[in-house]
Amino acid sequence: MHLDVVLLSRLQFALTLMFHYIFPPLTIGLGLLMVIIEWLWLKTKDPFYKSMALFWTKLFAINFAMGVATGLVMEFQFGTNWAIYSRFVGDIFGSALASEAIFAFFLESGFLAVLVFGWDRVSPKMHFFSTCMVALGSLFSSVWITIANSWQQTPAGYHIVKSANGFWRAEVTDFWAMCFNPSMVHRMLHVWLGCFILGAFFALSVGAFYILKNQHTKFAKKTIEISLVYAAISSLAMLGSGHFQADAVAVNQPAKLAAFEGHYQTGSGGTPLYAFGWPDEQEKKVKFGLAIPGMLSMLVHGNFDQPVTGLDKFPEEDRPPVFIPFQTYHLMIALGMAFIVLSLLGLVLLKYNLLFQQRWLMWLYVFGVLGAYTANEAGWIAAEVGRQPWVVYGLLRTKDGVSHSVTAEQVLGSMIMFGILYSFLFVVWVMVMNTRIQAGPPVVADIVKEDEKLAPVAKKGVGQFMALIGNLLQRGPASLSETWRGAAPTSNAKAAPELKQELKQEHEQEPKQHQKEDEP
Amino acid sequence: MDYSLNFIWFMLLGVLLTGYGILDGFDLGVGILHPIAKTDEERRLIINSIGPLWDGNEVWLVTFAGALFAAFPDVYAMAFSSFYTNLMIILCALIFRAVSIEFRSKHPSSFWRQFWDACFFLSSLSASFLFGYIVGQLFLGLPIDGQLELHKEKMSVLEFYPVITGLLAVATCAMHGSIFLYLKTEGELQERIHNYIWHTYGIFVMVYMLTTIFTLTQIPSATSNLKHYPWLWSVVLINIMAIGNIPRTIFLKQPGYAFLSSIATIGALAALFGIAIFPNLIVSSIDPSLSLNIYNSASSQGTLKTMLFIAVLGLPFVLSYTVIVYWVFHGKVALGKFSY
Repeated sequence: MHLDVVLLSRLQFALTLMFHYIFPPLTIGLGLLMVIIEWLWLKTKDPFYKSMALFWTKLFAINFAMGVATGLVMEFQFGTNWAIYSRFVGDIFGSALASEAIFAFFLESGFLAVLVFGWDRVSPKMHFFSTCMVALGSLFSSVWITIANSWQQTPAGYHIVKSANGFWRAEVTDFWAMCFNPSMVHRMLHVWLGCFILGAFFALSVGAFYILKNQHTKFAKKTIEISLVYAAISSLAMLGSGHFQADAVAVNQPAKLAAFEGHYQTGSGGTPLYAFGWPDEQEKKVKFGLAIPGMLSMLVHGNFDQPVTGLDKFPEEDRPPVFIPFQTYHLMIALGMAFIVLSLLGLVLLKYNLLFQQRWLMWLYVFGVLGAYTANEAGWIAAEVGRQPWVVYGLLRTKDGVSHSVTAEQVLGSMIMFGILYSFLFVVWVMVMNTRIQAGPPVVADIVKEDEKLAPVAKKGVGQFMALIGNLLQRGPASLSETWRGAAPTSNAKAAPELKQELKQEHEQEPKQHQKEDEP
Repeated sequence: MDYSLNFIWFMLLGVLLTGYGILDGFDLGVGILHPIAKTDEERRLIINSIGPLWDGNEVWLVTFAGALFAAFPDVYAMAFSSFYTNLMIILCALIFRAVSIEFRSKHPSSFWRQFWDACFFLSSLSASFLFGYIVGQLFLGLPIDGQLELHKEKMSVLEFYPVITGLLAVATCAMHGSIFLYLKTEGELQERIHNYIWHTYGIFVMVYMLTTIFTLTQIPSATSNLKHYPWLWSVVLINIMAIGNIPRTIFLKQPGYAFLSSIATIGALAALFGIAIFPNLIVSSIDPSLSLNIYNSASSQGTLKTMLFIAVLGLPFVLSYTVIVYWVFHGKVALGKFSY
């Protein structure tokens, strides 16, 4: 069997990216939800909101860790599998990636530590600030990576020159034109809304699940109320965003739009819009489809008669495949419409106090989150496959971007490794998430009890920090080791030893015999 | 002296790599030392000592890779595609490390926990070894020609030198990690770790000397910059003094100083690597004149300037987050409600 490095590298990229893309959209979407909940907590001082925030923080942390772990693969893979591409775009793409790390990842990872582990170490205000910073960091990160991706779709602000090593490459001529390239702003909004919808439907799914099981009812109802509003706003905004996005594709990448719509022959007169169908690549037409006559012309040109450019206007070697972009694009749109219906219906029923009795709707909400995941993934596939055969639209073909020194066997090997690893991680992730969700939010009364004990500790603040710095300046690092060796003043363990004991017992779920077992 | 943007970026990448070595060095080391724990509580204490920190430490690697991509794309492309299999295993190890920290505490069964403990140890060990291995391989040079093509047939599969540098990386992380754990623990566990500091230190010194001998005999070009700029010998001196200071401070029970010394050791080792290869980034073992250096493999001057601006803008923020996190989580590690 002949193995093709380009195809394998593409498949590996798709596998690792799509697995990665399960996590960041959820953390972006949940991040905003957590900001809202913690703000409600700060405003009302109601410990109920704290229990909500604690619950979402745990799920957030698991997904964040998965996102970090799988994200590193993406950054390495440009160099490992797409060396020629990396050389060609490094001047541009590299700067976006580096900026993402400097502006976003440090912010996120730093404050995530406070968000997850800092509940009893910092004041509620500082904690809220940390949550905001994590949410902001995840948004920053999506900005830079969307800049990089959009530049591949609609290159701008560059020129092509020969590098010192004698290869053609793209170099930045105008940094801001590069950042705000023609498709960037639309794409950014589109990606964000996709993330928000996922976050909202995820919370909705958990809430509906509790309603069906008749558990944690207060938590579930509040969650559903907040997330329904969140979902409705995001899905409606998505309708507008999707429309502008498609308009932009029509202008910037007409071949891609033709692939999305299965529009093979330009023909004369108005171009129909398919609601669904089955594009046949051999016969070059869409079968079994439901078409609205002239509608695509209406959307692109504003009238029903002017034909939209079809694939036949492009040279054979520049045409993208049709089947995959067509189906994923239509799937995404259908799901987007479903989100609007589901969330608006929920809001109406909520207004007339009929929502929580509708068990069928609750079941739909439980599984609705799968639709939100699918829509995000489908959108990515449509955007990337629709760009083919180019890796940088109009400048570099995908087949020319692959590493020369990597063999098909190597890529096959690493792909099998990722395949096994990711399948395993996926199962473990589902298990852990399920355990967490089944366990439910922490009991509000317990939180009140603990907060009372922690109150004197939580008040300590910046003064302590300045004292530490002062000590350090006066007596050198020896003072640091003293603090670390002995009485660390801010450590709760010292401030409330009996609490530490209590918490420890609470957490010790370990069977006793385990402690005698040998080392792994 | 060279004050071009290319040189500044060489130095900045050095800073990022050193930062990664110092920060992730101790948490990889903590992973390597993890099996010394005897009870589940001790295992949890050890994991939680790096719990809030490992993720931010890894960001230094992400930033290093991104900055290398931006500043020297030809080097990024060459190095990453040449070390394909090594890097894929590193990625696999880093993924396992991340999820084993995250998942271990999520289920009380002993099989579950032992499985993730083993993952945590093995992935920390293999990641640190492979990082060292790649550095050793870069020291020896890669068989690249004028067309930036790698001649794989001229690359020996398992050379001795990279294995030594791989071991040095493991030993350095273990030593650095043991001092860190000493700072973060108390009581009986701390006593035990105190003994392990001596073990890891002894092993480190042995492998360090072995590496020095092999570097001096096998790679004559390694000292050429030292000959041109004699003041660089001060780095060698700092390195030796820092290594010598570790047992002194441990003996005097000043682990804070010991940790600073081991930070200085890693910093000096990274600096020596930079001095040895400068101005090259990837040496061609076919013909040294075909090497990728900081001038022929850099991005455009415009991009280097923009990136410098971004770095100068971002660095104060990065440092302040780092300080905040390390301050919030300073002091002895204790198991609480939010621990792993």
